[in-house]
Amino acid sequence: MPQSAEKVLDHAGLFKEPEYQEIFERKKGFEGGCGAAKVQEIADWTKTMEYREINFKREALVINPAKACQPLGAVLCASGFEGTLPYVHGSQGCVAYFRSHFNRHFKEPCSAVSDSMTEDAAVFGGLNNMVDGLANAHALYKPKMIAVSTTCMAEVIGDDLDGFIKIAKQKGSIPEDFRVPFAHTPSFVGSHVTGYDNMLKGFLTSFWDGKTRSETAAPAININGGFDGYCVANNRELKRMMKEMGVEATIISDPSEVFDTPTDGEFRMYAGGTTAEQMEAALNAKGTVFMQGISAAKSAEYVEKAGQKAVSLNCPVGVTGTDAFLMAVSELTGQPIPAALELERGRLVDAIADSQAHLHGKRFALFGDPDMLLGLTAFLLELGAEPVHILCTNATKEWTEKINALLAASPFGKEAKAWPGKDLWHLRSLLATEPVDFLIGSSHGKYLERDIGTPLIRIGFPIFDRHHHHRFPIWGYQGGLNVLVKILDKIFDTLDAKTSDSASFDLVR
Amino acid sequence: MSLRQIAFYGKGGIGKSTTSQNTLAALAEMGQKILIVGCDPKADSTRLILHAKAQDTVLSLAADAGSVEDLELEDVLRVGYRDIRCVESGGPEPGVGCAGRGVITAINFLEENGAYDGVDYVSYDVLGDVVCGGFAMPIRENKAQEIYIVMSGEMMAMYAANNISKGILKYANAGGVRLGGLICNERQTDKEWDLADALAKKLGTSLIHFVPRDNVVQHAELRRMTVLEYDPESKQAAEYRQLAQKIHANKGNGTIPTPISMEELEDLLLEFGIMQKEDDSIVGKAKAVA
Repeated sequence: MPQSAEKVLDHAGLFKEPEYQEIFERKKGFEGGCGAAKVQEIADWTKTMEYREINFKREALVINPAKACQPLGAVLCASGFEGTLPYVHGSQGCVAYFRSHFNRHFKEPCSAVSDSMTEDAAVFGGLNNMVDGLANAHALYKPKMIAVSTTCMAEVIGDDLDGFIKIAKQKGSIPEDFRVPFAHTPSFVGSHVTGYDNMLKGFLTSFWDGKTRSETAAPAININGGFDGYCVANNRELKRMMKEMGVEATIISDPSEVFDTPTDGEFRMYAGGTTAEQMEAALNAKGTVFMQGISAAKSAEYVEKAGQKAVSLNCPVGVTGTDAFLMAVSELTGQPIPAALELERGRLVDAIADSQAHLHGKRFALFGDPDMLLGLTAFLLELGAEPVHILCTNATKEWTEKINALLAASPFGKEAKAWPGKDLWHLRSLLATEPVDFLIGSSHGKYLERDIGTPLIRIGFPIFDRHHHHRFPIWGYQGGLNVLVKILDKIFDTLDAKTSDSASFDLVR
Repeated sequence: MSLRQIAFYGKGGIGKSTTSQNTLAALAEMGQKILIVGCDPKADSTRLILHAKAQDTVLSLAADAGSVEDLELEDVLRVGYRDIRCVESGGPEPGVGCAGRGVITAINFLEENGAYDGVDYVSYDVLGDVVCGGFAMPIRENKAQEIYIVMSGEMMAMYAANNISKGILKYANAGGVRLGGLICNERQTDKEWDLADALAKKLGTSLIHFVPRDNVVQHAELRRMTVLEYDPESKQAAEYRQLAQKIHANKGNGTIPTPISMEELEDLLLEFGIMQKEDDSIVGKAKAVA
């Protein structure tokens, strides 16, 4: 064996050693696998128009959907409140997946518990799990709040969270006045963004129901980022901009600290987050801005019912997007947009203009969450780039209407087509039969990049295979600059690779 | 007036859907705006109001459309006698899937799409027994506040009524759901009224109405109509009107039920001479042996 204690080989090299190659060959023979030529033949056939038509007739099978399940969103939302322990009523394995998903994306620990429902709970209902689980979670992890969501198992058998939590309190698991916001998050409906919305509404309901609103005279608003893989940096950028404007902004659900804790010898199970006092005061704010409106539809509706203005944006990226955000804040609070932010705007416009020659007419495919796709598509149109395939597995009707309206309003959107409800295997057919220059999406797009050869620009959630992207914002004029640089870097890397054997391999681009 | 949510539970075949539709028709006659939510995979909770065999259910329409998210409220809502709005949750074929989850899905869909806006009464008609969490959906917090159990003097109907009370008790301690009372649908069994009244007292509630047996119900049913519509002047129509008045006057009140054990239930039957004292010497002995 090539592996030895003196010289440990990483698996990236190890499996290329002849010993392993031989094992792989033997395995293939044992399994009766067909030859490389046949594999190639079928792989090529699956890239034809003929196969695309068959592929799009698919009804009973989903292959690589670009979405995750509801409680994942609920856990992210819950992580953004001070001292709050996300608690999932249901099976253990689901919660292990939520924790590891955030570990891999944020490169940080993620604390979330489950009440480990097993077969007996499936038969008799999960009440005992809730009673014991809340008592244990409260005693062991000393949270200020416990936010309960559900896995599919609890949902199928119809467990009633509201009743269970009340009974657990009656049985003394947790004090009567201990706050337990909750949300039913069945994953056979919607996606992680739906779960985020449900949990957010659970928090709002818990704090605001039965309270009387008296609007503050101060220029105070609330902002919610929605399910945002860039929350660490985006929320800090939002706070900075609001400070520049003299606006008192409460970020409702702010996981920017808990998913970016320092290494200084102390483990922080809880860090930062929206406090209970902030949540109480938030009812009296002048309004709430939802940065990702489609992903917070129910919460926005609740906010309006509570008598507050709700402004729903769609992941504003770039100049027009940030303009719309700042103007909405200005309108809500009466605060003018300061010169410092106007200066930042000018710099972003300048940067875009500097790179115009390389952006104009470049063709893009995109996949991801509904709001982010709207934001990124708007930015591409603003750059003079051409979105071509826009694929959203967890699309809603509202999304399809909005994206079509957005595309129709720009000459650069003429060739584009929105693909609601489709998966990444559909996208593979699209990329193979109607090629584009670049693909924008999460790390899951890397297999399409390898397969089809379309260079992947990693923007979205999750980003597992590149580190620290989430530490840089994509919102605000600064965020727009980051997105611009991500796109340009890939454009130039691709151009360099393409020209490496020619006179056009230039130092200056 | 604020929205009142009520639910009818009871053993299968007891005449639950007939009683509820006739009573709701009488409430509609009193000028109340009503929404019926049928929570039974058989989907027969609204046929007398709609004069239809069975209405398209939320879940069958969702299955056709691909998912429940693709549905609009207009697709599932039908309007029948005296503008009563009707919805059937529907459910899977017998023997497959999960009917309980179907009820949850359907009720969530109705709430989210504003089906409850602008009505005075929402009435849930729920199948036989509270067999799982899904069929308890109508008695969760913020759903039905009053439950009416339809029963008769038959032993199994009383057994079911007791079981349903256990289900209500589970939720009543944590939430606001209450037992509004028993409705006895006459089967002409021995001492039926007395027995029903005694059971009601044991369960900590009252027998709010004793609906006598009358063939006019059958005549109306054959025409897929309520008695209120088929023969409004009949004695039976007046009975349903009385029941409707009582429910309306109840104003959301009720009690936390006190279900009894199987032994107590049997004792009750003994007391009224319905059942003979168990003779252990005959248990398990075939006719030839005895």
